[in-house]
Amino acid sequence: MDGSIASRLRDTTGSISKKKTSVYQRNWLLYLMVAPAVILTLIFAYTPMYGVVIAFQNYEPWKGITGSSWIGLDNFRSLWAFKDVKQVIWNTFLISGMKIVAELVAPFIFALLLNEVRHMAFKRWVQTLVYLPHFLSWVILGGILVDLLSPSGGLVNRILGQFGVSPIFFLGDGNWFRFTVVVSNVWKEFGFATIIYLAALAGINPSLYEAAEVDGASRLQQTFYVTVPSLLPLMMVLGTLSLGNILNAGFDQIFNLYSSLVYSKGDIIDTYVYRMGLVNGQFSFGVAFGLFKSVISTVFIVISYRLAYRYGNYRIF
Amino acid sequence: MYYKSKSYRIFAICNTLLLAILSIMCILPMIHVLAVSFSGKAAVSGNLVNLWPIDFNLDAYRKTVANPAFINSILVSVERVVLGTTVGMLVILVGAYPLSKERNVFRFRSIFMWFFVFTMLFNGGIIPSYILITKLHLMNSIWALVLPGAVSVFNMIMLMNFYRNVPKELEEASLIDGANHLQTMWNVYLPISMPAIATLSLFTIVGHWNSWFDGLIYVTKPSNYPLATYLQTIVVEKDLSKLIQSANDMEKLTQRSIKAAQIFIAAVPVLIVYPFLQRHFVKGIVLGAVKE
Repeated sequence: MDGSIASRLRDTTGSISKKKTSVYQRNWLLYLMVAPAVILTLIFAYTPMYGVVIAFQNYEPWKGITGSSWIGLDNFRSLWAFKDVKQVIWNTFLISGMKIVAELVAPFIFALLLNEVRHMAFKRWVQTLVYLPHFLSWVILGGILVDLLSPSGGLVNRILGQFGVSPIFFLGDGNWFRFTVVVSNVWKEFGFATIIYLAALAGINPSLYEAAEVDGASRLQQTFYVTVPSLLPLMMVLGTLSLGNILNAGFDQIFNLYSSLVYSKGDIIDTYVYRMGLVNGQFSFGVAFGLFKSVISTVFIVISYRLAYRYGNYRIF
Repeated sequence: MYYKSKSYRIFAICNTLLLAILSIMCILPMIHVLAVSFSGKAAVSGNLVNLWPIDFNLDAYRKTVANPAFINSILVSVERVVLGTTVGMLVILVGAYPLSKERNVFRFRSIFMWFFVFTMLFNGGIIPSYILITKLHLMNSIWALVLPGAVSVFNMIMLMNFYRNVPKELEEASLIDGANHLQTMWNVYLPISMPAIATLSLFTIVGHWNSWFDGLIYVTKPSNYPLATYLQTIVVEKDLSKLIQSANDMEKLTQRSIKAAQIFIAAVPVLIVYPFLQRHFVKGIVLGAVKE
């Protein structure tokens, strides 16, 4: 009796058991527990991966994957024949790049400013208010922004009008559209992105500040010589990780803000794949472009995780 | 001390002002929309409404609540949130437990880990997913909105990290008492991980409530859209024909108040859940993201 419990305990807590099979015998339940997640992932994540073979076919929905004819790389070749495609890739990089820079800088500065607040209740209020937009969807925020930015009487243009600025069509003019996308994304996410910096700020050793103060450093000097250097590694990691997402320029946001007026400057890969593939029914073309994006994205993500691990010791698990 | 110096005090005042303005700017758009939703037609179409309702009335809300499509979409969303959160949380609560074990207890742990993490790196894209859902005959079913996203790998990894913080002694005691792994997880791990579970559940609830795109492609009957999808087609597509039937209604209300009312109603559950959420999530995110 005692022996069996002891051996069971060894198996479940980590020691090597005498009989190799007993690890599975004792812990078979663990495999059953992970099974639902495995099955759902197999069906809903791995089966669609098999579906990317459509990119190499002339896919016809009524014939299905098994019945459609194989055409090799023709879909990929025809990608480059579309003049839209190069523009869409450029838009994706541009919008995404501007977002990454803004998303790195804004929360950093905000965290530094918030860190100087000594009044705890005020600090909590500020945090509560700036986190809020993160939890509202782009559908809701899109609806709000369309109303707010309308050139005919939207609140923003009315305020600008007070200063003599003629109405700006923020969501209808290509160049203003990109600007609006980047700024509204900062508005939605900067507060939430601050959380991680605030956590890092709380972790800075107070004796560093004491030492700096003894040496006669002003608060500004303390910020530049103690706080900023302490946060830079984290900023590097966040920047590196966001590089992995450079081809994800924000489907939800773009889709809810754009219109045919700004397709040329505002279309990104994801919205273009949706419109061409699902809406216009060009399945093979859509999948080919989507696959192109996924492969390059995966390469970017792997590189960015490697860099984050090497320079910031960051691990996913 | 530095904070007693004159220049620092001037900075502190400016800083406080700046932060106050920034945080108010984060919610002003919401307040404006709320004001529009409560205002009369003349004031709205004359662009007179700023942050306070003019000619206060509830017509936009009355019209919205009387609209069966809107009410039905709320019911679909509620069903989705309940089913989606239950299934999603159960799967990761149970699934994260084996992954939190050491390799010599849970053999092939790293293969399982990579099996899940790979789906964060690469996916088939929307068109193959769409074809899959049609092939499984899940179109127009609530399960098409619940099952594909049920395994949130990110949440599972967060939970796994929490499970790993549970003291080994508690697990040993439970196993000596004769409990199996499932009982141990349920009776020992869950109660200790409650803050993490609360955070992840609330994130899942908000996520399901806000999801709109899958509703748009997997539900073909607009009458069965979840609220976020319904709102997307109405508010963003600027299509009011489904909502306003008679010319008389057009007279009484501008489309802007109705849109504003619908936007606000859709945001209410998030605004209610948010304060509960906020208490926990900061700790949750930091623990999940920063590891020793």
